[in-house]
Amino acid sequence: MADFHYSVDADGVATITWDVPNKSMNVLSYDALRELDAHIDTVLADDAVKGAIITSAKKDFAGGMDLNVIAQMKNDAGDNPAKGLFDGVMGMHGVLRKIERAGMDPKTNKGGKPIVAALPGIALGIGLEIPLSCHRIIAADNPKAKIGLPEIMVGIFPGAGGTTRLVRKMGAMAAAPFLLEGKTVSPDKAKAAGLIDEVVAPDELQARAKEWVLNATDADIVKPWDAKGYKMPGGAPYHPAGFQTFVGAAAMIHGKTNGVYPAAKALLAAVYEGAMVPFDDALRVECRWFVNVLMNPSSSAMIRSLFINKQALEKGAVRPKDVADQSVKKVGVLGAGMMGAGIALVSAMAGMEVVLIDQTQEAADRGKAYSEGYLDKGIARKKATPEKKEAVLSAITATTDLEALKGADLIIEAVFEDVGVKAEMTKKVEAVVGPDCIYATNTSTLPITELAKASERPDQFIGIHFFSPVERMMLVEIIKGKETGPRAVAKALDYVRQIRKTPIVVNDARFFYCNRCIIPYINEGMRMVGEGVSPALVEGAAKLLGFPVGPLQLVDETSIDLGVKIAKATKAAMGDDYPDGAVDDIIFWMADEGRLGRKSNAGFYNYDEKGKRTGLWEGLEGKFPQADDQPDLTEVKHRLMMSQVLEAVRALEEGVLEDIREGDVGAILAWGFAPWSGGPFSWLDMIGADKAVEICDGLTAAHGARFTTPALLRDLADKGDTFYGRFDTAQDAA
Amino acid sequence: MTDAYIYDAVRTPRGKGKKDGTLHEVTAVRLSAIALNALKERNNLDGHAVEDVIWGNVTQVGEQGACLARSSVLYSDLDERIPGVSINRFCASGLEAVNMAANQVKGGAGDAYIAGGVESMSRVPMGMDGGAIAADPHLAMKAYFVPQGISADIIATEYGFSRDDCDAYAVESQKRAAAARADGRFKAIIPVLDQNGLEIMSEDQMIRETTMQTLGGLNPSFKAMGEAMPGFDAVALLKYPHLERINHVHHAGNSSGIADGSAAILIGNKEFGERHGLKPRARVKATSKVGTDPTIMLTGPVPATERVLQAAGMDFGDIDLFEVNEAFASVVLRFIQAFDADTNKVNVNGGAIAMGHPLGGTGAMILSALLDEMERADKETGLATLCIGSGMGAATILERV
Repeated sequence: MADFHYSVDADGVATITWDVPNKSMNVLSYDALRELDAHIDTVLADDAVKGAIITSAKKDFAGGMDLNVIAQMKNDAGDNPAKGLFDGVMGMHGVLRKIERAGMDPKTNKGGKPIVAALPGIALGIGLEIPLSCHRIIAADNPKAKIGLPEIMVGIFPGAGGTTRLVRKMGAMAAAPFLLEGKTVSPDKAKAAGLIDEVVAPDELQARAKEWVLNATDADIVKPWDAKGYKMPGGAPYHPAGFQTFVGAAAMIHGKTNGVYPAAKALLAAVYEGAMVPFDDALRVECRWFVNVLMNPSSSAMIRSLFINKQALEKGAVRPKDVADQSVKKVGVLGAGMMGAGIALVSAMAGMEVVLIDQTQEAADRGKAYSEGYLDKGIARKKATPEKKEAVLSAITATTDLEALKGADLIIEAVFEDVGVKAEMTKKVEAVVGPDCIYATNTSTLPITELAKASERPDQFIGIHFFSPVERMMLVEIIKGKETGPRAVAKALDYVRQIRKTPIVVNDARFFYCNRCIIPYINEGMRMVGEGVSPALVEGAAKLLGFPVGPLQLVDETSIDLGVKIAKATKAAMGDDYPDGAVDDIIFWMADEGRLGRKSNAGFYNYDEKGKRTGLWEGLEGKFPQADDQPDLTEVKHRLMMSQVLEAVRALEEGVLEDIREGDVGAILAWGFAPWSGGPFSWLDMIGADKAVEICDGLTAAHGARFTTPALLRDLADKGDTFYGRFDTAQDAA
Repeated sequence: MTDAYIYDAVRTPRGKGKKDGTLHEVTAVRLSAIALNALKERNNLDGHAVEDVIWGNVTQVGEQGACLARSSVLYSDLDERIPGVSINRFCASGLEAVNMAANQVKGGAGDAYIAGGVESMSRVPMGMDGGAIAADPHLAMKAYFVPQGISADIIATEYGFSRDDCDAYAVESQKRAAAARADGRFKAIIPVLDQNGLEIMSEDQMIRETTMQTLGGLNPSFKAMGEAMPGFDAVALLKYPHLERINHVHHAGNSSGIADGSAAILIGNKEFGERHGLKPRARVKATSKVGTDPTIMLTGPVPATERVLQAAGMDFGDIDLFEVNEAFASVVLRFIQAFDADTNKVNVNGGAIAMGHPLGGTGAMILSALLDEMERADKETGLATLCIGSGMGAATILERV
C-alpha cells in the first residue's frame, strides 16, 4: 500500500496526496520518500502536467519523520554507519532539491513547474521541511495546527534542509527560535513569522493551491537563494551586522545549553558554515553536521528517551494489556491545598467532572480559585479563552460534602501527609463511592502498602504521585502497593493519558523512584558544603553536568524544613542504619537560622525583596569554612552524578523499577536529570559499566559506602554488557 | 650561536586611536614608513642593508591589508630589494617581530633585520578582520570564547583584584607616564612629520592626570555583554565553575587606550654593527611564546616569563626591570602577584593604560621603553612581556652590552 497517491486533473494540475495507511498521522518512511521522488519525476516528465500540489488526505499534513529511517540508513553502509547516514540524508536532499528546482533551466531559472504545499493541519519536522522546498506554502486556517521544526527537542536538528532553508529565508536571528528552541506556532503566526506564505479557509485550501499553481510565473518559483545577487537577511557571518549575530549566537547557545547539547552546537555550526557557501554546498555542510549529531551517543540517547520511549510510555507501553478502557469521567480530589488544587485544575482541563473536597468551604473554594487564577493568566497571555475558563470552572464542584463524591470513578487523595489522617479519609470516602471506584493517594513519602491497609479494597488502591507545580510538571509517578491490582494500574495510566502527562509505574518502596534519587543528590551537595567544598563549585559542577538547578538551589526550592522533616522521619524509620548525619548537621542548622529556602526568602541563597536569587549566602563560610584545597571539578561532578545514578540502579536491582525506560524518562521529566544523557541508565551505558565501576570504587574509597558499586553494575562490567543491551524492552513494544 | 643585538629603536608618539586623534589623518603605511625611514637615516641603512622587515600588524584588512610590511618598505626610502613580512600575534605582534628577527640572526639567516609594527586603530578599527575564534560556533564553543574584557574581568575575579585595586593601578600608571614624559625619558620617540616636514605630533597624546574619584565614576565596560546580551559570563563560568559570578571591574580608565602608532627596531649580529659603525645597545638574551587557556586568555605573561627565564638560565630576581603590557590593570596585577614582584621594577614609566596600545606596534614600543630605562637607570637586565588574544603570551629578555 502506497503512502502517496498521485492524480492529475483536467487542468493539468497534479496532486500528490500523502495518506499513510492505517495511521492517523502521516510520518515519512524510507519507502515513502522514494514514492514521493517517483511522483515528482512524473510531474516533471509529463508535458501535460503544469504543476503540482503536495497535500494530505488526513486532517493534518505530517507529524515528522519515522525515526526508524535513521536506523535503516545507519545499517545501509554496514560497518560505516556515518557513510550510510551521509548518503541517505544526501538522498533526501536530492529529492527536496528536485522539488525546489522543479526542472527549471539551471542558468536562466526558467521553465520550471510550480509545486505548492497545501497544509490542512499539523506540519512538523520533515512535515515542514518538504513544504519548505516547495515554491509556496499555503496552510488551512486551523488555529490548533502546529507548524514548526521541533527536532532540537529530542537532541537532533532539522536535517532535511530545514535548517539551511529557514536561515536563508528568514535570516539567522529570526530563524533562531524555530531552529534552536523548536518553537511551533499556529498557521497565522507561522505566516506572520514568514515560515509559510499564505493562510486560507480550510475549505478553500485545495482550490487556492490549484489557483496558485495555474498562475505562477517563472519568477514566482525561483527561491531567493537561487536567484542572482541573493544576500542573507541579517547578514552572513562576516558581514558587519552578521558578525555580531554569530558571535552573540555562539555565546548565547553555549551559555544556555551549558555546553552539553551537541545538537545545538552542530546546528549553529551548520548555519554558520552554510551561510558562506552556495546553497547546494550549504546542504552538504548541513548534512555533515547532521550526521555528526546522529553519530553522537548523546543524540541517540535523547531520541530514545525523550521521543521513542516517552511516547511509548504515554501510549501505554506498561499498561496491563487485558484491562478495558478505564478513562475517568468523574474524579474526586480530596484536599484543596496546592497539590489538590493543581490536580483539580488539570483534571477539569482534560474534560473530567471534578469534585474538590476540603474540610471547610472556604478552603475548598480557595482550591477552585487556583484554577480561576490560572485561566485568567492564560487569557491575559492569549493561551486560553473565556469559554475555556467557563467550561473548566463549571466542571469543578468545590465542597465539604463527601456525598458529592458519589459516582466518582477515581479518587485522588491529597490531604496532610499523615498515615492516620489518610486512613480516616480512605474509610470515609470508600463508604460513599461505588465499589468500582479506584482510590489513589498522592503521597510523596508514605508507603502505599501501608496506606492501603485502611482500604476495604486494597487491590483498587494505588499511588499517583504528582510533582509540583502539577500543571507544569510533565511526569506522574504511579506506585503499586503490594496488593494493587491491574485495573487500578490501568485506571491510573488512563487518567494520566487523559491529562496528557507522561507516566511511569513503579513498585512501593521508601521514596518510590524519583524522590529516592533526588534526595541523595541534594544530600551530596550539602555534604560537600559541610566538608568545606566551595558552594559555588558544587552548584557550578551541577550546571556543567546539565542539571537545570544545582543541589543547593534545589533544597531552597523544595524548602529546608521539608528536608528536616524527611530527615527526621527517615532517621526514625532506619534507626542505626541512618547514613546522613553529616547532612543533618547542615540542614538542621540552616533551619535553626531561619533559612528555610525560597519561601522564607533566605536559604543557601540570598534573595531580594521580590524573591529573586541574588547569590550564595555568605554566612555559609562562617559555619563551614571553605577548604584551601578544593577538590577537582571531575570529582565533584562524579559525586553529584553517582549519588543519584546509583540509586536508580539500586531501584532497578530491588525491583522498584521494572523497566529502565521508565527510569530514564522519569529522571529527565521529574527532576531534570541531565536530559542530554538520556537519563541515568543511558548515561551509564554511555560511559560504560567498566568506567562506572572504576568511578564508584574510587568514590567509595574516598567518601564511603554510599558509593558502593551495585552488584548489577559490577556484573554488567564483568560481562561487558550495557543496561539497554540487557534490559531494553522497547523491542517487545514495537 | 651568533648573538643578536639591538642597535637602535624608534617609535612614533601614540595618538588617540579615534577619529579625533591627532594621527587619524596619517595612513597606516605612512606611519610605518616614518619609523622605517628614521631607522634608515639614523643608521645609514643604504642599499640592501637588512635581510627583511618583519612587521607586526593585527587588523590586516583595508589599508593594512595585502602585506602592509612590503607596502611600508616600498612607501619608505628603504631599498626595494628589502622584502617585508606582516605578522600577527595580536597584541604581542611587535615583540614577536623582534623575537623572530633576533632568532633569525642567532640562527645565521642574515646579518640584520628591521622588526617592529604598526596599528592605526582610528583608521582600521579593531575587529574589522572578523575571525573564526569568535564567530565560528564550533571553535567558539570548543575554546569557550569570550572577548578580552571579559577575560580581564575573569582574572580580577579569579585572583581577587577589586575595582579599587585596578583603579589604583591605573592612577599610578598615569602618574608614572606623566612624570616620565616630563622628564624626557622616552628617548625612542621620533616626531611624526608631514610630507613637507611640518610637525603633526611629537609627544604621546593620551596621558592624563586622573584620580580614584574620577575613575570611580566610570561604568564597567563589559558588564552588559557579560550579564545581559549575549551573556558571555555564562560561558566564562562554564570554564570557571567554582566562581559564582564574574566581577566586572574594568572600564575605559583602567584598560589600555585605543591608539595609533608605530615602532621599529634594528637588530643585527656583531659584524653588521662593525660594518655600519654602530654600537650595540643590548643583546637579545632569550625569547619565548606560550599558549594558555583561551578563556581567561590574558594570563600569558606569567608562563611566558617563566619560559623565557628558563631559556636564559636566569631567575626572576636576576631581572632589574620589567615591562608588562598594560592591556588591562588585572593583567599586570596578576603578574606582580604571581611573582611577588617589586612594583618599583614593573612599568616604571607607565604603560598602555596611560599611553595607549596600538596593537601591532606596542610590543616594539615597550621594548624600546625598557631599553631606554635600562640605559637611563643603568640597569643590566630587562624583561618585556605581553598578554595576547586567544590565550597566548610572549616575552623577551634584554641584556646590556
